Amino acid sequence: MTDERLSAEPFFSRFFKKPEFTSVVGVVGVFLVFFAIADDAMFNLEGVLSWTEQAALIGILAVGACLLMIGGEFDLSVGSMIGFSGMVMAIMTVEYGVPAWISIISAFIISCSLGFLNGYIVVKTKLPSFIVTLASLFILRGLTVAISRMLTNQTLVGGVTEASEGDWLASLFGGEAFTGLFLYLADLGIIEKFADGTPVVTGIKMLLVWWIGLTIIGIVILRLTKYGNWIYATGGDEQASKNMGVPTDKVKIMLFMATAFCATVFAACQVFDYGSADAQRGLLKEFEAIIAVVMGGALLTGGYGTVIGACLGALIFGIVNIGISYTAIDSDWFRVFLGMMLLGAVMLSNSVRKKIMRS
Amino acid sequence: MKKPIIEIKDVKKHFGNIIALNGISMDLYPGEVMCLLGDNGAGKSTLIKTLAGVHPKSSGTYKVDGKDVVDPTPETLLNAGIATVYQDLSTIPLMSISRNFFLGREYEIEKKWGPFKRLDFKKANKIAFDAMKEIGINIREASQAVGTLSGGERQCLAIAKAVHFGAKVLILDEPTSALGVAQSSMVLKYILQARANNLAVIFITHNVYHAYAVGDRFTILNRGQTLGTFNKDEVTTADLQEKMAGGKVIQDLSQELGEDSKNL
Repeated sequence: MTDERLSAEPFFSRFFKKPEFTSVVGVVGVFLVFFAIADDAMFNLEGVLSWTEQAALIGILAVGACLLMIGGEFDLSVGSMIGFSGMVMAIMTVEYGVPAWISIISAFIISCSLGFLNGYIVVKTKLPSFIVTLASLFILRGLTVAISRMLTNQTLVGGVTEASEGDWLASLFGGEAFTGLFLYLADLGIIEKFADGTPVVTGIKMLLVWWIGLTIIGIVILRLTKYGNWIYATGGDEQASKNMGVPTDKVKIMLFMATAFCATVFAACQVFDYGSADAQRGLLKEFEAIIAVVMGGALLTGGYGTVIGACLGALIFGIVNIGISYTAIDSDWFRVFLGMMLLGAVMLSNSVRKKIMRS
Repeated sequence: MKKPIIEIKDVKKHFGNIIALNGISMDLYPGEVMCLLGDNGAGKSTLIKTLAGVHPKSSGTYKVDGKDVVDPTPETLLNAGIATVYQDLSTIPLMSISRNFFLGREYEIEKKWGPFKRLDFKKANKIAFDAMKEIGINIREASQAVGTLSGGERQCLAIAKAVHFGAKVLILDEPTSALGVAQSSMVLKYILQARANNLAVIFITHNVYHAYAVGDRFTILNRGQTLGTFNKDEVTTADLQEKMAGGKVIQDLSQELGEDSKNL
């Protein structure tokens, strides 16, 4: 017996209701625009790597921010966490001569503990995470500046590259992957070479590998494990989830730790790539991550969204941010476009949600 | 002689100096529907939350299957087969039907995946689809959002879930109070179906007509105390209505509003 009201759903409406819808449209849209107006150099290997790197930076943060937002909370302390854990790594490695891998692991332990603290305060006090992590934003940034000045008399610590020479863990963040492949491609003439024989592009930065890796982990957790089910439920309706036996407090605390983890991956990639830490690093990154997540179709109210959407949101961010310098438009306009795209994405995903609930 | 599945004696619950339950005794047998009737503030929700393990009782005894419940929590009671379906708070609208169906009880659809466990959504969709079909609710596919279901269908989904996971006792908190006529009868029909499968049901409601339609026994709560438990053949809906309102109120009301108000 079938209900006569249940007509088959057309393909387009099915696709329209996927959370990734807004971001897929956005990615296609910005590609078309930049194909039309940008210099061809944007789409050669060097160009592609430059905007995917930018996308990767935001994308690494967006994975954590996305899971947390689906779980119903925000973390505004991400940017400060980047500055803080980067400074922890640099000071330990450079000022105290600690092996880089120990510094990195220590920074991860410290930042995840701080993430735990954020989460613990949010679930115990039931205060909005917006306020709690706004406090952490200022506390952590202040601590970073104050401690680095106290210990090193400055807020910029350099010399990380020399101090971490040959360290196995540092090269997992600051190094390049597939260098052999790129050399091989250059020998084949697929990649151009400089006069001395080194390829123009020597490899893919590790942060790209981290972005892809974290995105895959995020997708698997959210889509295929019970923890994903719990994350959606916690953000969808916390009380109902509790009634059904979901440990919502644990879920939230784990998610705050995940955003702190992602921030520290970001910090490590920057510190070992640039060879320095700056107390002002990561400024405003929390908002950029949230923008990517929202452009990816997640709802600010929680319970809805996907990691692949956030990943595409980060890609849009990277394309527009870097792509604008390949066009005749002054890059001062980047933020204007970003804000307008954010507004457009939110309005679109809002109408999508209404449609889901009605269908 | 059947043994009661739930037995409470002289259960009291205090919140500070407020006495929410003042000595409630009740028993419940498999294959019966016990209706819990009472006005707002009578202690219905405190009683079900005590039975569900949300609040620990202040004093008295609470036995499940003849055994004392020590240190009750929602998890331990759920594992003992006591499932509570709260009005509006038992499904997540933005999640799919199958995700809702297995939420908090994912073990059945977990599949080994290297060193990890992943959820088998093919299996989940099939089980959820079949469970919904069995109770007469046709859904397009189990991956659609629960938000697309009607209120009655959502209640039925929550009940179907409890039954699927081996509930022996269903505690239904006002499952029909926000529903229209057709939706309510869908839920009431399902309650009878559960009873026919030898489940025990505690049905909390304001509506004596809904209660009378499916109930075997009726316990009336008033100001934290029971006004007694009645078999169906001992009472009429009018009696129940009167007892529920504490007798006096309705009489006053009928004087004020005229004869018609008796059928309220």
